[in-house]
Amino acid sequence: MQTITFVLAGTMLAATPLLIAALGELIAEKSGILNLSVEGMMALGAAIGFIVVMETGSYWLAFLAGGLVSTLLAALFGAVVLLALGNQVATGLAVGILGVGLAALIGKPYESKTVPPMPRMPIPFLSDIPVIGPGLFNHVVLVYLAPLAALGLWWLFRYSKLGLIIRAVGESPEASHAIGHNVMLVRLLAVLAGGFLAGVAGAFISVASTTLWSDGMIAGRGWIVVALVVFGTWRVGRVMIGAYLFGIASIAELLVQSTGIGVPSQLLTSIPYVATIVAIALLSMDGRRIRLNAPVSLGRVYREAQ
Amino acid sequence: MKADVATRERIKAPELREPLLELAGVTKSFPTVVANADVSLTVHPGEIHAILGENGAGKSTLMKMIYGVLTPDAGKIRWRGEDVSIRNPAHARSLGIGMVFQHFSLLETLTVGENISLATRDTAARLAPRIVEIGERFGLPVDPRSLVHSLSVGQRQRAEIIRCLLQEPALIIMDEPTSVLPPNGIPPLFATLRKLAAEGCAILFISHKLEEIRALCHTATVMRAGRVVAKVDPSNESNETLARLMIGHDLPRSHRTAPHPGDRPAMELRNLNHQPEDPFGTRLKEIDLPLYPGEIVGIAGVSGNGQRELAAILSGETVLPALERAALVIDGNPCGDVDAGARRKLGLAFVPEERNGRGAVPEMSLTKNVLLTAHRLGMVRRGMIAFDSARAFAEKCIKEMDVRCGGSDAEAQSLSGGNLQKFIIGREIRLKPKIMIASQPTWGVDVGAAASIRQQLIDLRDQGTAILVISDELEELLEMADRVHVLFRGRLSPPIARSEASTGLVGSYMTGDFLSAESSRKAVLA
Repeated sequence: MQTITFVLAGTMLAATPLLIAALGELIAEKSGILNLSVEGMMALGAAIGFIVVMETGSYWLAFLAGGLVSTLLAALFGAVVLLALGNQVATGLAVGILGVGLAALIGKPYESKTVPPMPRMPIPFLSDIPVIGPGLFNHVVLVYLAPLAALGLWWLFRYSKLGLIIRAVGESPEASHAIGHNVMLVRLLAVLAGGFLAGVAGAFISVASTTLWSDGMIAGRGWIVVALVVFGTWRVGRVMIGAYLFGIASIAELLVQSTGIGVPSQLLTSIPYVATIVAIALLSMDGRRIRLNAPVSLGRVYREAQ
Repeated sequence: MKADVATRERIKAPELREPLLELAGVTKSFPTVVANADVSLTVHPGEIHAILGENGAGKSTLMKMIYGVLTPDAGKIRWRGEDVSIRNPAHARSLGIGMVFQHFSLLETLTVGENISLATRDTAARLAPRIVEIGERFGLPVDPRSLVHSLSVGQRQRAEIIRCLLQEPALIIMDEPTSVLPPNGIPPLFATLRKLAAEGCAILFISHKLEEIRALCHTATVMRAGRVVAKVDPSNESNETLARLMIGHDLPRSHRTAPHPGDRPAMELRNLNHQPEDPFGTRLKEIDLPLYPGEIVGIAGVSGNGQRELAAILSGETVLPALERAALVIDGNPCGDVDAGARRKLGLAFVPEERNGRGAVPEMSLTKNVLLTAHRLGMVRRGMIAFDSARAFAEKCIKEMDVRCGGSDAEAQSLSGGNLQKFIIGREIRLKPKIMIASQPTWGVDVGAAASIRQQLIDLRDQGTAILVISDELEELLEMADRVHVLFRGRLSPPIARSEASTGLVGSYMTGDFLSAESSRKAVLA
């Protein structure tokens, strides 16, 4: 019984930052911009968030600060890609490396320190359900907010004018410009939103799930986020499934370790990454579906005619 | 919106029947070419004004400046008597200028309503009744809830026109609107346009089709090489006089002799069924098509009825699964699962509809582009490229096809569309193919060059090559082809012999008439 509670609680905790960051990346990619610097943005958000909690003790301020600093990094990425018409892949890699480096530099004095974990907010009644109650409904607030945000984003892309405009810009920047939309502005805002969410996700990892800062603690999760969006065929529901799959797999790793089977720990650590990619790749085998959902202009440099 | 309603009322007042739009001395240059030089133009409310010219004459550039997509280098644009500089399309629309694009700016994954709502402040749900109302008023029936990719080209055009009309524009620019319509779709469009003009809306009608301009337009401004060469009343002109104004000389006449087709098909499709990868692609159904040496077979139809898929299967870009290899036969052998390179070895040549990117590599020189398909003609020896013979081939091709370019080292992308097409056709013809598949061979090519390309294909036929031409331009097929088939929703019509082929018959097939005839015939047989 305790194992089930442990698995559920661990899954929620591991999946939440991935889901938050993946929603941000999804917004950017829907507008046609491939942002490969998520890893760096999450690392920077984690470092800043951790420092803010250390210095002020406010967790909400930590999320805000982590998000805003990553937004600045996203602004740099956006400026190079949208104004200087830089290649999105190369720029994303460079800005990502910059983010990881900056995080290490800023976080140096705080290396391996810990903060008290963020207080949980058990949901009345629901958290009293035996076994699943404590597993699903006794968490920090963001764990509940993330799936709600996913629902909101699904609604946005499906029913709102704004979502329609973002999709249109990602589908055909030329046509969107021709019917009078500001392609640059929409894309910039989408990239900034993506940066903010990546920063919040990073801060979540350092102050709510691991409660410590160490260099390299994001450990490739930013890349998993990019993979989630692509393999989730740009659909909110599938991206969300992918995030929770990764959560389960990372807990499975701990479970296997605790049984004491003689498997090298490095191999076990790779389970979540491998499992997530395999599972989502299977989900997205249908090439027609990818073509239906992929933003047509993704990664392409768009230049307005003069 | 309020301002627009007000101006609509003003238009009716006679004292304001002065020019709506005036251009004076408008000039626009691009790095390699002057697209518009000193262009002047006047449009009045309620006038249908044709802009007539060949491809590359500068019509599109001019319209893009009026619609704010491009900014002129010099010259003035006056709108309702005031000087304006139109910053972007949104600004143009706020002034009351709308545009219906040749290549539609509708997004395939959205519904008609959603697409239209993108251009307005309203939501799709609130727009739906207005879409229906405008559709009824101007004879443009379209369901706002249907997804764009499920619509025919004509329906898409209607959606695009409705989107434009919702802004209540005083001027509508229509870029080659008839080029995407079947013949029977043109009269309803013209009726809509006349109705609009009667309500005071001015229309700029871009076209190179002379008949249409004579039937529809009040005035015509003729452009050649970026300049205005004449302003005429098209109803006083004949096709010949308009053509002479447009191309600067008389149209060359093609000469063709009776075909001498061989007895055995060089290539044959046998009961081909194919579901394409592309979710928006057209499924091909039960296609039987023999192609004999020494004949030209034309495939007509409104684009989007399976032409792209058919061309890809014939060329080998789409390879059939091994089980279905017998659906495509080359020279008696089942070849459906043979790839494009191997098919070329069997004597097939292919001219795709996109020049840059598929027919030629834009960044490579013409000499290197020759190597792409002609490398089999001894241009590669022991793995090394013999550039001398490639260059000689390219130069010969440039000279014989009258390709205007900066020599054999010029990059493919530096050529205009028409000139590059002449080069590509010349290259493929010089491979001495047994089978030639040409998709939209004269698409975007000026009238003179198009005539010469057609003549080259006819000459190739007389040397015994089996030729298949897929084209949107019905007149082209009627001129060249020995028999014509029509593609409609992935089905191929029965052949129409050259002697029986007429715009009316082919046009009725283009909207699927042959299907009902076929099914009733089958019923009789049963």
